Amino acid sequence: MPNLTLAVVLVAGSATVASGGMTLGELVAFVSLQLMLIWPIESLGWIIANAQEAMTAADRIYEVLDTPPSIVDRPGAVTVAESRGHVRFEKVGFTYPGTDAPVLRRIDLDVRPGETLAIVGATGCGKTSLVSLLPRLYDVTGGRITLDGRDIRDIQLDSLRRLVGMAFEDPTLFSMSVRENLTLGRRETTDDEIYEALRVAQADFVYDLPWGLDTRIGEQGLSLSGGQRQRLALARAVIGHPRVLVLDDPLSALDVHTEALVEEALARVLHGTTALLVVHRPSTVALADRVALLDGGEIAAIGTHSELLETVPAYRAALSAEALGVPDDVVSR
Amino acid sequence: MSSADSWRGRAADGAADQTLAETGSVVRLRARSRVLLGSLIRPHRRALGLAIGLLLLQNAAGMAGPYLVMLGIDRGIPPLRDNGDMTPLIAIATAFLAAAAGEYLGKRGFLILSARIGQAVLLDLRQRVYDHFQRLSVDFHERYTSGRVVARLTSDMDSIAELVDGGIDDLVLAGLSVLSVAGILLWLDAPLAAVTLLAFPFLLWLSRWFARASARAYRRTREAVALVIVHFVESLGGIRAVQAFRREPRNQQIFEDLNDDYRQANLHAFRLIAIYSPGIKVIGNIAIAVVLTYGGWQVMHGHTEIGVLAAFLLYLRRFFEPMQELSQFYNVLQSATAALEKLAGVLDEKPAVPEPATAAALPAGGGGALTFRSVCFHYRPDQPILPTLDLDVPAGQTVALVGPTGAGKSTIAKLVARFYDPVGGTVTLDGIDLREVADADLRRAVVMVTQENHLFSGTVADNIRFGRPGSSDEEVAKAARAIGADAFIEALPHGYDTDVHRRGGRLSAGQRQLVAFARAFLADPTVLILDEATSSLDVPSERLVQRALRTILRERTALVIAHRLSTVEIADRVLVLEAGRIVEDGPPDDLIAGGGRYADLHRQWRDSLV
Repeated sequence: MPNLTLAVVLVAGSATVASGGMTLGELVAFVSLQLMLIWPIESLGWIIANAQEAMTAADRIYEVLDTPPSIVDRPGAVTVAESRGHVRFEKVGFTYPGTDAPVLRRIDLDVRPGETLAIVGATGCGKTSLVSLLPRLYDVTGGRITLDGRDIRDIQLDSLRRLVGMAFEDPTLFSMSVRENLTLGRRETTDDEIYEALRVAQADFVYDLPWGLDTRIGEQGLSLSGGQRQRLALARAVIGHPRVLVLDDPLSALDVHTEALVEEALARVLHGTTALLVVHRPSTVALADRVALLDGGEIAAIGTHSELLETVPAYRAALSAEALGVPDDVVSR
Repeated sequence: MSSADSWRGRAADGAADQTLAETGSVVRLRARSRVLLGSLIRPHRRALGLAIGLLLLQNAAGMAGPYLVMLGIDRGIPPLRDNGDMTPLIAIATAFLAAAAGEYLGKRGFLILSARIGQAVLLDLRQRVYDHFQRLSVDFHERYTSGRVVARLTSDMDSIAELVDGGIDDLVLAGLSVLSVAGILLWLDAPLAAVTLLAFPFLLWLSRWFARASARAYRRTREAVALVIVHFVESLGGIRAVQAFRREPRNQQIFEDLNDDYRQANLHAFRLIAIYSPGIKVIGNIAIAVVLTYGGWQVMHGHTEIGVLAAFLLYLRRFFEPMQELSQFYNVLQSATAALEKLAGVLDEKPAVPEPATAAALPAGGGGALTFRSVCFHYRPDQPILPTLDLDVPAGQTVALVGPTGAGKSTIAKLVARFYDPVGGTVTLDGIDLREVADADLRRAVVMVTQENHLFSGTVADNIRFGRPGSSDEEVAKAARAIGADAFIEALPHGYDTDVHRRGGRLSAGQRQLVAFARAFLADPTVLILDEATSSLDVPSERLVQRALRTILRERTALVIAHRLSTVEIADRVLVLEAGRIVEDGPPDDLIAGGGRYADLHRQWRDSLV
């Protein structure tokens, strides 16, 4: 294409020069200017192609940026610094986004300040979903949850999560120092508080790591065993004495001996702290003042461990030690 | 470690985030990345030759332009001016048209062919890197992190894509232009050409400087972008914990720093181009000025025709313009080389548990007898995990490993599954050293179920079938029934066809575990390892599994690690470990009666059952 126009210019130009309409120098200058034009015109094609690519990429990025966070502070949400720790679930229903089947239906619970409530139920009955609602990792889809009588959605998210300490079934540790993993960036935490929390969680193994609290753990650092990770996650939850504790089966990966030690220390922490405790094991139930049996997304029974053990057959099936304690039963099958 | 970085903490090995190969010298890095590039391009030699041929056609056609201009001025205009004869000019214009057509066809053919070559190279590279990542042992991945893997496969790949997409074009065309124009210049007017070539030492000097500086700069950008992606992947992977503990602001601050580092690294690279690229242009322009002065003087004295000088100047522009493109190509090459260095580093990494060169077959019908002979293992020499272990597990025996955290229980399991090789001694299966067994055979023979088993997005059935690919729906359902997982699966909205979502997020931990058991059952291995496999189960699920365990463990060798002694009680034999040594060994009932450590543990556990 550029050569075509060059040919035309050359023929016409030569004719003009021949007839004296322009000088030879002018023609040379013109042709050399024209040659300079070739590259920008050629690259136009590439620029258009690149622009198309960028537009598609920009669409993708906007898809993400345009997704509004579903859990945000309501207008007029207040900061709560202190709490008595009175937690109430009022007709709470919950359905995971994008699914039809509700996970939880009309849950009514009243956890008094300082009380420890254990949640027991079969695998997949919604225990983890239930306790995730309190720190607002998900929002209820029906009813409401209150803290000291105030809907938790009217409390600033940041202060709510400051009041509620958590440990999950699957402890997540980041590639950071132990200290940073425990405080997660809260600068106000002192080494004494860390020490205290590690003691409760029976995680003093930290002090035996090569650089103590400064040792990097997680994906890019030192690998810890399942039990060690779980104890750190527990320490993270109890650090700074949160008013409300949510512990999702926090002792599952501990050996019997450590579990007993952690339970003992945890009993002291739980005294005076409101706590929701997801429990799979009879031994951990002992930590709770009351137990709620969750079945099919509803509260099937609520009461003390011994009450339920006596009166509710489903509870016995879920937690009774006998079934496990008698291996002969297993053998005979 | 600066104070701003203290959150990272100290790692045992400062270079833990590099591949071993990356610690080599810079010269070796370069050399290896060139070897990699060579091996990628070699299969396409012929196609590349053809592409270059097409380029030559395009180039030759394009180059004819200025020469035809000269002909037009020197041979076409005088006849037209003197006697109105258009014929020479029309002949020249026709030649011009032919050249234009040649340029069009050459370019079109080249673009199609070079795109094909470029995409084939990228396909090959991605495949090689992915295959290699899959082959590298667990310990490599524990060190390297998933974020880095993502960086290697995305941003490094992009940087190489940029080279292969436009690179061949730029390099060959620009290189050819420069060379052929140099030839024409020499032929047109040797003294003027000699003057032009004086620019070369300066060009070379500038390019050498740029090569060194930009190699460093681009290495930095590759590492910076990897850190950005690592942080992204890791913090979003743990988003529950991040939100629950209000770590967002801190994460944001860390990300800002990493992101800014990346920006700075890129800016630095751009600053280098900002010196190099205009530098090339300035040298070119000075050369043109010198040629004009000298050439004008020559024309004035009648040593050169004015048409020759005009053509010379036009060619000169065509000489330095591709120089500009060459400098840009060089820049892209430097950036891609830095990425290639990283990928070559990964490809050079040897799996810590290499596949044997000549594999020994496991004896057919072998029952799975395991033997540890003077096995010694440690991650760091100063911290022995297993000092020296001798152990015989007869075929079909179920052995429970009991002991405190860090006693070496999981290490024994990992040695049997060959996630690691022993530092000293041998582990044999049916008399064959595990190091001599082909990977595929070993994975079929030994299956491990751990506390957290990975489920992939897909249906429940797919996830179970993972144990033995190709098994029928009935076999899958049978495995689920044998484990007792059928009840919960059938209660799911779409039964076996329910999508479990990423990492099995749709299912509870206990349900995931049941799926993992069904998967192991379907796999039907000779040796089954259960490493804390029942600890996340609730009592009813464990009861279910416990019944199934009898079925699963029958007729195969099993190692069971569990702190729930309910799982241990079904073992034929219990080993109590302490600091990597076996301190008690015997049938569970004997040990309980014997009143040793196991008896203590057992009593504690009994008490804990309320």
